Amino acid sequence: MTVARSLLDKLWETHEVLRRDDGTSLLWVDRHLVHEGSHHGFAKLAARKMALAAPELTFGVVDHYAPTRTGDVAPDIRRMIQTLGDNARAAGIRLFDLHDPEQGIVHVIGPEQGLTLPGLLINCGDSHTSTHGAFGALAFGVGATEVTHILATQTVWQKRPKTLQITFDGALGAGVTAKDMALHWIAALGADGAQGFAVEYAGAAVRALSMEGRMTLCNLSIEGGARMGLIAPDDVTFAYLKGRPFAPVGAAWAAAVADWRQLHSDGDAVFDRHVSIDASAIAPTVTWGTSPEDALPITGHVPRADGGKDIRATLDYMGLDAGMALTQIAIDQVFIGSCTNGRIEDLRMAAKVLAGRQAVVPGLVSPGSALVKKQAEDEGLAQIFVQAGLEWAGAGCSMCVGMNGDLVDAGKRCASSTNRNFKGRQGRGARTHLMSPAMVAAAAVTGHLTDVRPMLEGRT
Amino acid sequence: MSGWQTLTGSAIALPEANIDTDQLIPARFMSQPRSAGYGGFLLYDARQANPDHPLDRHAAKVVVAGRNFGSGSSREAAVYALVDYGIRAVFAPSFGDIFAGNAVNNGLLTAQIDDDVAALLMARMARTAVAAQIDLGTGRATIAGQDIGFDLDPVRRQKLINGWDDIDLTAQYSNRITTFRAAHFAAHPWAMPTS
Ligand code: SF4
Repeated sequence: MTVARSLLDKLWETHEVLRRDDGTSLLWVDRHLVHEGSHHGFAKLAARKMALAAPELTFGVVDHYAPTRTGDVAPDIRRMIQTLGDNARAAGIRLFDLHDPEQGIVHVIGPEQGLTLPGLLINCGDSHTSTHGAFGALAFGVGATEVTHILATQTVWQKRPKTLQITFDGALGAGVTAKDMALHWIAALGADGAQGFAVEYAGAAVRALSMEGRMTLCNLSIEGGARMGLIAPDDVTFAYLKGRPFAPVGAAWAAAVADWRQLHSDGDAVFDRHVSIDASAIAPTVTWGTSPEDALPITGHVPRADGGKDIRATLDYMGLDAGMALTQIAIDQVFIGSCTNGRIEDLRMAAKVLAGRQAVVPGLVSPGSALVKKQAEDEGLAQIFVQAGLEWAGAGCSMCVGMNGDLVDAGKRCASSTNRNFKGRQGRGARTHLMSPAMVAAAAVTGHLTDVRPMLEGRT
Repeated sequence: MSGWQTLTGSAIALPEANIDTDQLIPARFMSQPRSAGYGGFLLYDARQANPDHPLDRHAAKVVVAGRNFGSGSSREAAVYALVDYGIRAVFAPSFGDIFAGNAVNNGLLTAQIDDDVAALLMARMARTAVAAQIDLGTGRATIAGQDIGFDLDPVRRQKLINGWDDIDLTAQYSNRITTFRAAHFAAHPWAMPTS
């Protein structure tokens, strides 16, 4: 009799070079993705006079500092992009540079290029590396010291996390998306609820998601404290990947798919923790506070108290009154983009709401990659955004983190399709409300947080 | 990096939950080279908003904070900001996982304590600096006269005490890595990027 294994077990075993007596594993890294922020890692490597162990498995991309609007670029931003270019060229790695037609946010282009595949171990010096787990890859963010270690050895030391299975049974309602599923479970379990766990998402509502939706769900795992999110690959996964530039071809493709079909938790696999959620009960969800756990259905009200948590400082920062209806919250601007919700399907959803309607507040739309940008233009989505009065910008992290200068001004309130409503995240003193791209579009049209569902009626 | 086993210094309380790494160091400072020194960036916006911030009133080595400290972005710069300021230990009920890993790689202790212990310490400390003593060997600390135990992963404890550097540690396994790589790609040839 063989022991039932979880997806995490299978992925761990195929990458474990060795395990020390203290339980820490040395894991082989199949893909290492670097960006401008990796400069600390390259500097540490240079200080040790070491070279890259596997440049053929290392890929660089300009995203965090990428200018998305025309005009002058601040010297420190230009320097960050230049430094990555210099490091990439010296190391001999493939770089998706600023003007590369395939440039974009690292967690968008990895899958788009077929660099992300089921069964791989993927690291990047970025916490949203959990995104790639949507393909059944073991993917997690690391800090600069670990980046240096991976550059030097193509391995990473890691303790095996516990496993949490979150099952979404049933079907999502119309206008409800993977973003709402994620905010829903994070609100239920807390922003540290899954700390120390790898989350595997399962159930009918997860299987029904497109790859874009699965990526959104896995992307947000880190906002619930989990370093890794996982979804078993299936035909939807394989169809997405076939023909991508770095994906296997011919006989190698067939062999790969045969391998990938083994990548699922065995029926009787045991998880350390299990949570069941009824997908049909999830409403479009928004955040009111400064942590992703401060999330509620759009039909709700700003809380008066939140367990033992002192929310006065949060309400103060957010400029909100306890007890007010969420739909009463007026916004100053909107943002659609980021590695969470900057993919083609996200733009299609937002455009479906915006078609033939006008935004009453200004807003920025930044596609997740140059290829997404091109596709959105070809499909006529860009035109819908522009006609609605929103600005159509270039690809990059943009207003998700504001490193490139796309900032929300102090005291301004932004309905945002991003992942973090932290104090100061979108700019000093900025007030962020997280929600799905469709909900952002609805807020743009009405000028306040709005339930998108009635606005989608009659639209297919 | 040199290790440490015991520490004596003053401690302050930051009595909030979810002090994320975006707060610990706002993104706009992250294009600075480390040689610039990151201490001045620590909790920059919070300190600007509050001229009476405890970090500006006391030269603390120890921080007691609310749950989910260091959550969010993987930016190791958050640890650099703490360490460059002079902080060597943070006590909190829970920590962002990536942050905790980054911390130990820079000699910063992330000591996990129960919620009620954190609440008790914060009540005792209020807005003043108190004396703190830490012993990594025993896993105990005295803060504001209160003797407390803390949880620390044994691997991380050893790394902090010995000041171990992972790259040096891994070097001894380089043959095993080479062998692993060959077997891995032989078994999964599709795992090598095609173009
Ligand atoms: S889009 Fe935002 S969350 Fe995603 S990688 Fe860029 S900065 Fe990080």
